[in-house]
Amino acid sequence: MPDIQKSFAREDPLSQPPLVSVENLAFERDDTCLFENIDLTVNAGDILQIEGPNGSGKTTLLRLLTTALEPRSGFIRYRGQSVTACRHEYLSDLLYVGHQPAVKLTLTAEENLRWMVAASAGSNNLSIQEALQLVGLSGYTDLPCYALSAGQHRRVALARLLMSQAKLWYLDEPFTAIDKQGVAFLESCLQRHVDAGGAVVLSTHQDLALGAVRKYKLEGQGRGLRS
Amino acid sequence: MTQQFNSGFSAWLKRDLVLAYRRRGDAAGPLLFFVMVSTLIPLGLTPESARLADVAAGMIWVMALLATLLSMDALFADDHRDGSLEQLLISPQLLPMPILGKMTAHWLITGLPLTLASPLLGLMLSLPAAGFVPMLCSLAVGTACLSLIGGVGAALTVSLRKGGLLLSLLVMPLYMPVIIFGSATVGYALDGLNWLPPLAALGAMLAASVALCPLAAAGALRITSVN
Repeated sequence: MPDIQKSFAREDPLSQPPLVSVENLAFERDDTCLFENIDLTVNAGDILQIEGPNGSGKTTLLRLLTTALEPRSGFIRYRGQSVTACRHEYLSDLLYVGHQPAVKLTLTAEENLRWMVAASAGSNNLSIQEALQLVGLSGYTDLPCYALSAGQHRRVALARLLMSQAKLWYLDEPFTAIDKQGVAFLESCLQRHVDAGGAVVLSTHQDLALGAVRKYKLEGQGRGLRS
Repeated sequence: MTQQFNSGFSAWLKRDLVLAYRRRGDAAGPLLFFVMVSTLIPLGLTPESARLADVAAGMIWVMALLATLLSMDALFADDHRDGSLEQLLISPQLLPMPILGKMTAHWLITGLPLTLASPLLGLMLSLPAAGFVPMLCSLAVGTACLSLIGGVGAALTVSLRKGGLLLSLLVMPLYMPVIIFGSATVGYALDGLNWLPPLAALGAMLAASVALCPLAAAGALRITSVN
């Protein structure tokens, strides 16, 4: 099994601004306020789980964090700088796996992964074959993805995590459609990532079997309250 | 860590070409439309070659424009559906470059085959021999303009479920100068005039489109992909 150790420069959390900080974020859709007064910080080594009932804005919050959406008001800062000012650095350092896994059905798993990596900022030295083997798709590399199941599509998207150099992972419902072994594997990936100094923000209804998970609860009525 | 310049242009260009190759039937649609409708013209109008020759250039241009328009709304719609558009929007590269890659792929898949098939239609519609080279040149440049301008319309209508009609309404006014100078190029040649000036005007339009359309499409995608 190839070694997928990653190393990021260790930082002293006291002297450095947090990796990502969100201040007073508000978002409205169709003239109704989805949430407001969202304040949260993500430090290196954090796993932040966003919880909330369906429709409370978990996906929206993650998409706001990736800058795919514009907030109505509030700031997102990356290492103390506004993300609009350091957009390139921020986007180079984040990996987002959305609700839709962005897997092209007519391409094979290997081709999908190849363009995902080519279209992103860069990758570590793990090869595509090794990554697919690790997520349990080694026998399926030459099949078009429409021949694979929904869980296997997820696994293709998750193989990106293994190949990424990004420090920040934003994962929207990453455990959907994945079997038990897959969940355990993904949890070990997340653990390894934060142990190496990365950070994870994810939305899931599942309770994670990981040590230090911070939770952030979104209330359905459009008010974010820290629990 | 190898840091190399990666504009995203080639990654998206290659991906779209492979996707089109996998779905050859769909990709051949505009070309089939182009050939089929053009064979109907002698049946509906007149089989007399002298009268056909008068309208041949204009008809071929109109058919090429409609065939391009037919394929335009798929440019971003598929990516919007499976989540790849989201990944495009948060890629650290400058957004216009991957978009230019997609537009170039669109021209290679539709505009170029249309251009190459046009001499066949010229024969069918009794286009005089002097018109063939100007027709090839004007279609090669003109269809590239059509792909670029249509891409802006496709970006504006991407989140609409049935955006095809609106897309046609939006881009039709912008397509008018292209078809005017395109058919004028062939018309000048048939009248024995110098056909390079209208072709140069088309070339100028292409230059402007390459510079402006990816920017406009990028702006449009940021606005429309909100939901």
